[in-house]
Amino acid sequence: MPNVIEVQDLLKRFNGVAAVNGISFSVAKGEFFGLLGPNGAGKTTTIRMLYGFSPPTGGSLKVFGLDIKTHWRPIKSRIGVCHQENTLDPDLTVEQNLHVYARYFSIPKKEAAEHARELLDFFALTHKKDSKVMELSGGMARRLILARALINRPDLLILDEPTTGLDPQSRHQVWDKLATLKATGLTILMTTHYMEEASRLCDRLVIIDHGRILVDGSPTELIARHAASNAVEIEGPDQALRDYVKANHIEHDDLGDRLILYVPEEVELHNTIRDRFCSEKCIFRNSTLEDVFLRMTGRELRE
Amino acid sequence: MIDWSFFSWRFLRVWERNLVVYQKIWKVNFITPLFEPLFYIMAFGLGFSGLIGTVGYGGLALSYTAFIAPALVATAVMWNAFFETTYGSFVRMYYQKTFDGMLSTPLSLEEIIIAEIVWSATKAVGAAAVMLLVLGVLGYVRFPLGLLLIPTALLGGLAFGAVGMFFTGIVPTIDMFNLPIFLFVTPMFLFSGTFFPVSNLPSWVQPVALVFPLYHLTELTRCFSLGARETPPVLSILYLLLFSVIFAVLALRAMRRRLIK
Repeated sequence: MPNVIEVQDLLKRFNGVAAVNGISFSVAKGEFFGLLGPNGAGKTTTIRMLYGFSPPTGGSLKVFGLDIKTHWRPIKSRIGVCHQENTLDPDLTVEQNLHVYARYFSIPKKEAAEHARELLDFFALTHKKDSKVMELSGGMARRLILARALINRPDLLILDEPTTGLDPQSRHQVWDKLATLKATGLTILMTTHYMEEASRLCDRLVIIDHGRILVDGSPTELIARHAASNAVEIEGPDQALRDYVKANHIEHDDLGDRLILYVPEEVELHNTIRDRFCSEKCIFRNSTLEDVFLRMTGRELRE
Repeated sequence: MIDWSFFSWRFLRVWERNLVVYQKIWKVNFITPLFEPLFYIMAFGLGFSGLIGTVGYGGLALSYTAFIAPALVATAVMWNAFFETTYGSFVRMYYQKTFDGMLSTPLSLEEIIIAEIVWSATKAVGAAAVMLLVLGVLGYVRFPLGLLLIPTALLGGLAFGAVGMFFTGIVPTIDMFNLPIFLFVTPMFLFSGTFFPVSNLPSWVQPVALVFPLYHLTELTRCFSLGARETPPVLSILYLLLFSVIFAVLALRAMRRRLIK
């Protein structure tokens, strides 16, 4: 089966500066694919090229096996996009937002009305259907953007930071809905800053920085590969600990006042560390995708 | 080079969107064209015409109110279309991100821009129709010739919608619309044969008035309301057509440069 997305050496320059610098990846049908990276890494630029908003400077970009340069219209009619910013139409009501958007896809009015009803129901917005979109809470607005992205029954859903700015309740609700959509076999590509979100939802992900792909794999694979499986955070590390770490070739990050060790699942090693070096504060925990992310992209502030 | 794949009838969907929004406040939208001509006719008819007597235009001796009545339709078309594609479109583009939402559907930017221009002309036609009714009842328009004001309003609306959209493509901020309004629209409003015949101007200024699209639009509205004219209507129609096409092309280029990065 051909891949839904096929990106090869994709390049995007703005005034000579590369925002996306030759990335390649593919997304299979039914996959939930994550595009992770710090601010300015090139995530949004990449997905803007994917949904035909921004023309690539170089490389090839195929969606549904079609070239975005020549077949942008058939591609766009099969994609649903959930923008990072609120792009709902504030001049229209909640329900009208769906109806009017459906018309942009030339969906017949009756069919659009029916599907809009289903979507409002699915996203628990039926009671708000006649409200103005300005009156919606952040969570409701995001759910409406999602509903709108699904109005054309897309074969590919593109989500740009779908839960940024939402409270935990709304975020979990969005996650539930996305998991339900994935279960129907929908192919989904998502960018996010939240590692918990990526771990929970993505089958596979790439971390990009400075327009390049750093790593590629499933969340568990990536954690095992780049952050062992366990992490030990030790506050106020002394020279003895540093020497021990060095002598035993333990993967670690030295933050000065804190040392993070990435250690395999070995009882003996854990006990040694606990007994010899944990005089002060010491945290034993599972490694997370966040560890991988910070190790790959560094800890300096961006922007 | 023009990529024709960016153009299709799908632009009508965006036009429909604007119609849906317009219908919500159509009563408000109709108040202005209903009362505007009445105010002008009252002000100039009651307060001004005593000072002037008759105006000689195209071989006719007209009362001052009869002279300005058709021009009111022309200026309303100008203001309606120009405001729609400047402030209206800028708000949708920049503040409401409406175009961003549309651009992730099978619509092209070109279709959105064309739709905005055609919509502005539609709105101008709506205003002209209401004014035509008012001026017709007051006896300032001859029928059935006066019905030609409707297609005339469409043509004028396209011209001013296109030039407005061009400014939307190039202004950095919404406040900057003051410049084209102060330097382009207002002088045109005053010097296009709207409130006095261009033939009254010194001969060296007259050619300037002939360059103004509002002059040609006013000529056409006056021609179809009164049957009198200074310039052959065919010339005015051709001028407005050419003006619309040129500024539509410039607007499309400016908007593509502005939005597609």
